[in-house]
Amino acid sequence: MSDFMQQPQEAAAKTAPPWLADIHARGQAVWQGSPMPTRKTEDWKYTNLQPLQQKFIAPLSGSAPQLSNVSYPDLPGSLLVFTDGGYREDLSRLELPEGARLLRFAEADSDQAEAIREHLGRAVNTGRHLFASLNEATLADGVFLQVDPGAVIEQPIHLVWLTSGQVDALSVTQRLLVRMGANSQATVVESFANTATGGTAFTNGISELLLADGARLDHCRLHLEQGEAVHIGGVHATLAANATLNGFHLALGSRLKRIDLVVEHRGQGAHCELNGIYLPRGEEQVDYHTCIEHAVPHCTSNETFRGIIGDSASAIFNGRIHIHPQAQKTRAELSNKNLLTSHQAEVNTKPELEIYADDVQCAHGATVAQMDPATLHYLRTRGVPRDEAEVMLSYGFINELVESVHCAAVHDFLKPMLARRFARNPKLTRHILEDGDE
Amino acid sequence: MLKIDNLHARVEDKDILKGLNLAVQPGEVHAIMGPNGSGKSTLGHVLAGRPGYQVTAGTATLLGQDLLALETEERAHLGLFLAFQYPVEIPGVSNMEFLKAAVDAVREARGLEAIDSVGFMKKAREICKQVDLDQSFLKRGVNEGFSGGEKKRNELMQMMLLEPKLCILDETDSGLDIDALQVVAKGVNAMRDAGRSFVLVTHYQRLLNYIEPDHVHVLAGGRIVKSGDKSLALELEEKGYAWLEDAA
Ligand SMILES: Nc1ncnc2c1ncn2[C@@H]1O[C@H](COP(=O)(O)OP(=O)(O)OP(=O)(O)O)[C@@H](O)[C@H]1O
Ligand SMILES: [Mg+2]
Repeated sequence: MSDFMQQPQEAAAKTAPPWLADIHARGQAVWQGSPMPTRKTEDWKYTNLQPLQQKFIAPLSGSAPQLSNVSYPDLPGSLLVFTDGGYREDLSRLELPEGARLLRFAEADSDQAEAIREHLGRAVNTGRHLFASLNEATLADGVFLQVDPGAVIEQPIHLVWLTSGQVDALSVTQRLLVRMGANSQATVVESFANTATGGTAFTNGISELLLADGARLDHCRLHLEQGEAVHIGGVHATLAANATLNGFHLALGSRLKRIDLVVEHRGQGAHCELNGIYLPRGEEQVDYHTCIEHAVPHCTSNETFRGIIGDSASAIFNGRIHIHPQAQKTRAELSNKNLLTSHQAEVNTKPELEIYADDVQCAHGATVAQMDPATLHYLRTRGVPRDEAEVMLSYGFINELVESVHCAAVHDFLKPMLARRFARNPKLTRHILEDGDE
Repeated sequence: MLKIDNLHARVEDKDILKGLNLAVQPGEVHAIMGPNGSGKSTLGHVLAGRPGYQVTAGTATLLGQDLLALETEERAHLGLFLAFQYPVEIPGVSNMEFLKAAVDAVREARGLEAIDSVGFMKKAREICKQVDLDQSFLKRGVNEGFSGGEKKRNELMQMMLLEPKLCILDETDSGLDIDALQVVAKGVNAMRDAGRSFVLVTHYQRLLNYIEPDHVHVLAGGRIVKSGDKSLALELEEKGYAWLEDAA
């Protein structure tokens, strides 16, 4: 592996709590022993990694940049904010009820450190997900959420990771470890955002979600980064018996985003709902690689991703469903629909089914379409001008997924933000936004 | 109101309209009947400016304005309304959102005051009731999963909300049950006035028992081949179109 991430690895060794040393070593061993992916690497066939061709540096510790014009949802409940990798006590708010603990790796006591060391990386196969090994090798701090068995946390827990663009070629490593105890319930929202101008930041964010028996987690991961931002990361979840994961993912476009989502059904009766939206435009690139593992019988998964790709942007969607031989009575559904709003826009979508059990129900479909001229015409015959009709149809394409977001405050943030994204003129979104008046 | 002279139009290199003439005066109701594939829907689409429909000769004016020179939405602003034979489904766009967008756009273009949301919703609910659709249809995606008859009622609802000058109803009566037919007739009759005209494309004389037309035309082979009063519809019902074939 080339040394474009050398400095961040050295910096992490200096600033991280000492008990992360063997995790660094473990990550380095994989990262440094592997070649950089190229277009010939199957999982990276369509992804252009050219934005990584520069030497990145870790943030200076103690910097607290002021960020203007960064937008992310305002949620009730606990909030942890990081700017350029550094924790911001001044912007954060801890109001956790009984039954949950939220802490940074840097502040963990020895018992907590032990719990983190025991679970960190359990859900991640770094051999398959090379950049997760880089995450381990450059890890300076992380966030640990522990929800006790039976605890029900009503308010969302919001983690906000921001980059300022004030330093060029900045490397930021984020890590989240969530342990949901048996029959516990919580909502976790991750927002990644940046100031749209300024230098390139390369964020490597890995979230691990470990759900014990009967646990239920609503998880939203919002990639709101724009402009030059590069993000390579993902979510790795394991579901024990009867656990439910409700995942919602959003990626606005930026220079490059590559997100890997892996959900492993490890206990019978587990269920996962995975919805996602990606919206690259300009020259942006968004790449979602999802993998649903069904390792045991009687589990269900339902995955729906939709993308709207504009200008000369490109999107990649790879949806893998792997049903192991013993995973009888699995029900797995996967749907990916893409709307291209320009002739230069591009999408590569590929459902990848590996089914080794015979008594399963598995449905999948992928479509790529332009805006339907007949539908556009119909709207125009009712007097709706073409540009407004286009905005209505674009938003209509993802509306159903926006409405599926469980966390009301996230929904209320996303709806106007997304509607406006399709319109050059705010007037064109008025009917979409009025719709909620009833 | 509407004046069409020697209209020729083609779809995908196929000539469909071949010299069609029609004049509709304000306040009149015209019925157009004719065999399948004769060009009735094509006429509606050409007047509404559907992409792919190419006018090769002739003129069409609405309220004295050259209709064919306008964008589709401008035709709607001027007062044209086409109830589609096959209305389009738009999943993800709620009917209410769609109706409000349409009404706002049309009112704005006509220089009328905007209706506030509350007032609009009240009106939409009323009209929904008039066309005998459940209120839940306002929240559903436009025509999404609507039955054939429900789609037709939805077209009618749009017409009633948009208050057009010239309404072309392309087989709005097809596929309707007897009660729904009455609903359509009631809707049209309630909207009839001296400043509004209707063109009803239909295959059934039955509709004309409820909506009395001033003129009945037969469209065959891309032209109006015969015109008469409402008795022509009865005659067609009895004799079919074969006896007119020479004329076409
Ligand atoms: N896109 C198209 N490509 C080729 N031919 C077309 C196209 N659209 C319409 N036509 C043809 O044009 C002719 C007229 O069609 P039109 O729909 O206007 O008939 P109609 O009189 O409305 O018939 P119906 O009573 O069955 O509704 C038909 O022969 C039809 O097949
Ligand atoms: Mg027809």
